[in-house]
Amino acid sequence: MEAFTTHTGRAVPLRRSNVDTDQIIPAHWLKKVTRDGFEDGLFEAWRRDPEFVLNRPERAGATVLIAGPDFGTGSSREHAVWALQNYGFKTVISSRFADIFRGNSLKNGLLTVILDQAVVDRLWEVVEADPQAPVTVDLVERVVRAPGVETPFELDENSRRRLLEGLDDISLTLQHEDEIAAHEAERPSFKPRTLVA
Amino acid sequence: MGRTLAEKVWDDHVVRRAEGEPDLLYIDLHLLHEVTSPQAFDGLRKSGRRVRRTDLTIATEDHNTPTIDIDKPIADPVSRTQLETLRKNCAEFGVRLHPLGDREQGVVHVVGPQLGLTQPGTTVVCGDSHTSTHGAFGALAFGIGTSQVEHVLATQTLPMAPFRTMAVTVRGELPADVTAKDLILAIIARIGTGGGQGYVLEYRGEAIEKLSMEARMTICNMSIEAGARAGMIAPDETTFEYLRGRDHAPTGADWDAAVEYWRTLRTDEDAVFDHEVVIDAAELAPFVTWGTNPGQGAPLSASVPDPASFIDPSERLAAEKALEYMGLSTGQPLREIPVDTVFVGSCTNGRIEDLRAAAEVLRGRRVADGVRMLVVPGSVRVALQAVEEGLHTVFTDAGAEWRHAGCSMCLGMNPDQLKPGERSASTSNRNFEGRQGKGGRTHLVSPQVAAATAVTGHLASPADLSDHTSVPTPAGV
Repeated sequence: MEAFTTHTGRAVPLRRSNVDTDQIIPAHWLKKVTRDGFEDGLFEAWRRDPEFVLNRPERAGATVLIAGPDFGTGSSREHAVWALQNYGFKTVISSRFADIFRGNSLKNGLLTVILDQAVVDRLWEVVEADPQAPVTVDLVERVVRAPGVETPFELDENSRRRLLEGLDDISLTLQHEDEIAAHEAERPSFKPRTLVA
Repeated sequence: MGRTLAEKVWDDHVVRRAEGEPDLLYIDLHLLHEVTSPQAFDGLRKSGRRVRRTDLTIATEDHNTPTIDIDKPIADPVSRTQLETLRKNCAEFGVRLHPLGDREQGVVHVVGPQLGLTQPGTTVVCGDSHTSTHGAFGALAFGIGTSQVEHVLATQTLPMAPFRTMAVTVRGELPADVTAKDLILAIIARIGTGGGQGYVLEYRGEAIEKLSMEARMTICNMSIEAGARAGMIAPDETTFEYLRGRDHAPTGADWDAAVEYWRTLRTDEDAVFDHEVVIDAAELAPFVTWGTNPGQGAPLSASVPDPASFIDPSERLAAEKALEYMGLSTGQPLREIPVDTVFVGSCTNGRIEDLRAAAEVLRGRRVADGVRMLVVPGSVRVALQAVEEGLHTVFTDAGAEWRHAGCSMCLGMNPDQLKPGERSASTSNRNFEGRQGKGGRTHLVSPQVAAATAVTGHLASPADLSDHTSVPTPAGV
């Protein structure tokens, strides 16, 4: 996984709540068997509208997405995270993320930042007034900065460390092989098996 | 202090607990399908890793599979490649697979329970959010992303952040015309699409205890639509009877030991939930959605709401956008909304009881002119059972299309899709914009409401079917 320390970029204000993963990447894109090439599918239906915020020329090259509450609801498709990253987003800010989406994003180095809706409202105003306004998400200090805004955010220390160091979860877990094997030795014989000997 | 059902199952699966780290949980059953697994197998290959426990892993093909002409090559080359990739991966890594055409093929969440693999007190994961279905057995079951699929394949464990517990208590008895689908839609409307976030829900109370296993699966299936990590129901005699004799259920002394353990899987009297929601079953009625998320629902007897009636500004904006997308206006009675398509199927309502319920309404009646009705069984087993009971001819006699098993129009990854502007009554789980096809409009309903809607051509419940729309069964048939 790519490490995340601090990122500064221009932002896209997405004034919508309940942005489900079907909107982020529609199902017909899920037939691909790779982790890349999803950028054109990102918000595909909404992007057909030339006035959609992502299509505005002043938002080209933006890397910070500021969305309404309950971002990433619905399907568990990790393709939603890949699509955001393939398009160029490094971080998403919202007052509330769906659990599975948030888990997926942190495993891929896409930092999801939870801020109060009042702060999200202020960030929307700032970046709508000035599309060039730089927004910084600093994971080292756990702070979001924008012109006139400086606000701390929470992230559990374990997730933070994994992101800062770009650690591979599977390698970390396999360090505990002896504990996994010990648990396996204790499992009751009535537990189901898919392969019958 | 006592523990809840979810806490008991969690505790029994902790492989490692350390300060400042999420618990490492052991996974008893890993279900795979073609859509969320290819990149995970690719990761294993690149790291030179194997599947740690092929005996706790099973795959089926469901999301992409066509529901007609299954004996012919799959027309869409991209879908075909994805299915072929799963077959290649399962062969290479030694994973049991039920491909298209196999007797055990079907929607992954229908296949696990019917094989008896989903059992009380197990941890079940799948790269699919509707894995919550398996919680109906008192399993702790959650949907995961592809990185986690790879993690489970390689280690048979998952590091999991702690959860909170919510009791959803349904008091009293459900009225005769109210189904599990109506109940869960009403629950989601009450707690909201984000209200369950971070929680494992436990459905309990008299109304829940009286439900069949299939109805319980419908309830737990849609826990994710309330944003919950998982949904669970304590196992009881209904659960044990469902499992007894199934292919992978324990036998002999193992069965006795299992039942003894399963009986301990109840929330202790003195356990405390972090939150509780109480629903009075008697107040419920057939329920449908009017908007573009599963929380935007109302009783069928209601009208399309006024967005201005929502106090929360983001909910108000969401309602405005939903009405615009759905082509509906405030005050329009829900019963007067006409549909083009009716879909009966999915991991929510594609089991045999669902098909029986829809068939009972359709028997001796006709699908309205101009309405297309698709009946897609959740698995090949369900299809064979329906044929044995003659349900398929009830559907085809009524003018509905009887299809092969799969996810089908629930998410429109295969050719079963709505056209732009088309409107469906669907027994599936999501009414998101474009979910059933670009520009398609979805109303979530129960199988009974779906069938009655097919007959009248507008949203309706079986009680709305007068003798005028019913064709009497010819004498002697």
